[in-house]
Amino acid sequence: MSVVVDKAKCIGCGACVVECPVEALDLVDGLATVDPNKCTNCGSCVTVCPANALSLPEGAGSSATKNSDAEKGEAKEFNKSEPLPDSVKDYAKTSKKKEPVVAGGDVWSGVWVIIEYKHGEVAPVSWELLGEGRKLADAIGCDLCGVIVGQDLDPVISEAFAYGAEKVYVVDDPVLKYFRTEPYAEAITDLIRKYQPEIVLMGATAMGRDVFPAVATRMQTGLTADCTVLSIDPETKLLLQTRPAFGGNIMATIQCKKRRPQMATVRPRVMAMPERVEGRQGEIIREELGISEDEVRTKVVEFIKGDAKSIFLDKAEIIVAVGLGIGSKKNIEIAQELADVLGGTIAGTRGAVEAGWLSHDQQVGQTGVTVRPKVYIALGISGAIQHLVGMETSDFIIAVNNDPDAGIFRVANYGIVGDLFQVVPAMTQEFKKRLQHGVAK
Amino acid sequence: MHFLVCLKQVPDTSEVRIDPATNTLMREGVPSIINPYDAHALEEAIRLKEKVGGKVTIISMGPPQAKEALKKAMSFGADRAILLSDRAFAGSDSLATAYVLTVAIQKVHESDPVDLVFTGKEAIDGDTAQTGPGIAQRLGFPQLTYAIKVRDLNDGWVTVERKTEAGREVAKAMLPALITVEKELNELRYASLPNMMKAAKYEPEYWEAKSLPYDTTQLGLKGSPTSVVRIFPPPARSGGDKIDGMKDPQGAAAMVVEKMFQQNIIMTHPLAKGGKH
Ligand SMILES: Cc1cc2nc3c(=O)[nH]c(=O)nc-3n(C[C@H](O)[C@H](O)[C@H](O)COP(=O)(O)OP(=O)(O)OC[C@H]3O[C@@H](n4cnc5c(N)ncnc54)[C@H](O)[C@@H]3O)c2cc1C
Ligand code: SF4
Ligand code: SF4
Repeated sequence: MSVVVDKAKCIGCGACVVECPVEALDLVDGLATVDPNKCTNCGSCVTVCPANALSLPEGAGSSATKNSDAEKGEAKEFNKSEPLPDSVKDYAKTSKKKEPVVAGGDVWSGVWVIIEYKHGEVAPVSWELLGEGRKLADAIGCDLCGVIVGQDLDPVISEAFAYGAEKVYVVDDPVLKYFRTEPYAEAITDLIRKYQPEIVLMGATAMGRDVFPAVATRMQTGLTADCTVLSIDPETKLLLQTRPAFGGNIMATIQCKKRRPQMATVRPRVMAMPERVEGRQGEIIREELGISEDEVRTKVVEFIKGDAKSIFLDKAEIIVAVGLGIGSKKNIEIAQELADVLGGTIAGTRGAVEAGWLSHDQQVGQTGVTVRPKVYIALGISGAIQHLVGMETSDFIIAVNNDPDAGIFRVANYGIVGDLFQVVPAMTQEFKKRLQHGVAK
Repeated sequence: MHFLVCLKQVPDTSEVRIDPATNTLMREGVPSIINPYDAHALEEAIRLKEKVGGKVTIISMGPPQAKEALKKAMSFGADRAILLSDRAFAGSDSLATAYVLTVAIQKVHESDPVDLVFTGKEAIDGDTAQTGPGIAQRLGFPQLTYAIKVRDLNDGWVTVERKTEAGREVAKAMLPALITVEKELNELRYASLPNMMKAAKYEPEYWEAKSLPYDTTQLGLKGSPTSVVRIFPPPARSGGDKIDGMKDPQGAAAMVVEKMFQQNIIMTHPLAKGGKH
């Protein structure tokens, strides 16, 4: 008898393959497979499997299993399939600043946030990450630094301090006027090599997801894309990076144990915005760019401002979706007003598309786009299964429908049973009031 | 001109479901498909070949069964297909995967220089979007990501339209270069009958780790700096509260909005800002 793989649970991560001392395990077609002739039932693999997919056969391996019993108990505890505890926040709250503890026992120290500055604007996710970075830096006991790469950056530097950076690294050069992978990767990599941060974060935007893989490759380190939760393991001080996997069907927590820096891109709008404190100051460190225009083999020809309506529907953070219940093309204005207040994107059902009210690239569902926004507001949508499969993994769902038995209510966090023509304008007003209030504050 | 497409066989994640009773992935009977973004990458390479002449080579890393994806790709009009398959590659994360593919591309490049490499913007089973840029870095090629249109291929430069949050950026790169593609790039074709017949007989080349000059410490699990330490189901849907908005639509709307702020679902600054765009 040998260790048993539960094929329904195995995620093919390969952790067990590395762990097995006798090379009895192998990944075949993305699933762990055991060679029963080699397996000694030592139980090592069972303890490392993050998915609880491995078990020893009844009554197997007496002495060997005993040894790892304690460990196994721990592993089971760890594997409990419940949402990730808010240990980050709690931990950050309770821990005082301590002596720097550097994960891996090397010289890498500090949490860095790469601040995205493009077309004269800072991507808000950069500030969200300074807020999140603060918690991580406090949990580790290290500095929080901002990195700004581009041209004419002075106004951005003071903002970075206002949002909580203690130090700001700046590379200001005309070659960096437009974002291009080569010079940006060069600037960021040079800074990392020289100052050796432990953790480097950036928004999972078009820019972040372009330049970070380039930087990680140059540094030969790990990168976790599109994270939604970050925390510090209280014992090892390693960064725990959690992201949706398999089309949002499961969440996976990922670590980069041995290489530095630990790098992650983070989805916009999942982390809270930190408080902005005017007049905060810090250290500014300026570096030269190590590449000249002649060496850059990409050129930006022109920029055509969107029409960001349907662009990035699958990446939209807030979606206001309409179904046949909206009644006519003209009525979509009601939904559009709500979307405008929230900075959201309009989408809809196949019904609404077939009625000619929306274009096909705005269709959510089985034969349209699959979306996973932070907020999905469904207006006059019945909730047919073909629609639900395209949006049910959204983080937060609100539905307005006048049929109390509509299927959409089964997936909605809040469902308003009512006439959308009355409810939606009221919501728009309500959001307007509060958002204006918030900004004024 | 020599076009090279990196292609991955993936489980169709839109078919992957969680078993609500056991909270585990149900993968039985999930069909394997060509990663949809890669299919558009292949389509573009074939279109360019038809326009300017040349050939299309496909490289895939995967288990022996991935051969089927390569044969399918041949039926659309590719000229050569290489499958990198070895136990040593198993468990590679995106850093290691890019390494495996790069060394193979370099070998192809030596005997038959590559002008343009295409990859999908991401794989639907991992959506990390890291492999393409990783290959570009290792090859030393400039990269253009998220292409939605190839405008021009001329005089040693390729010009594309890229999709970004704020709009379309037109950018060009000096060849040889690498492009990662979005689905909007083109419409997929159907395989032609002669190509289908050719593909049916075609056997992809099969390269193992030892047929290439790999540094084995950079392969597979050993060469992968990241590891999954835990998986869990996403926070379950609460099923939700139903609020009566028939009698008092105003009150119902106010209450839901209030709750969203309370729970930090909507936060003041970024949204207020986003709204102005
Ligand atoms: C093979 C196949 C693939 C499909 N793919 C997709 C897909 O990708 N995406 C998709 O969306 N659909 C898809 N469909 C169609 C799907 O089955 C449904 O028909 C469609 O989603 C229904 O759209 P709807 O909710 O807009 O319309 P309806 O089902 O007609 O629902 C309208 C809703 O509006 C409500 N309503 C009406 N007036 C008001 C009011 N004044 N105030 C509040 N509520 C009101 C009604 O109570 C009703 O629930 C597919 C179907 C098939 C067979
Ligand atoms: S029980 Fe031990 S020998 Fe058997 S597969 Fe697991 S690690 Fe290898
Ligand atoms: S450790 Fe568990 S999930 Fe990972 S490959 Fe092995 S059995 Fe599968």
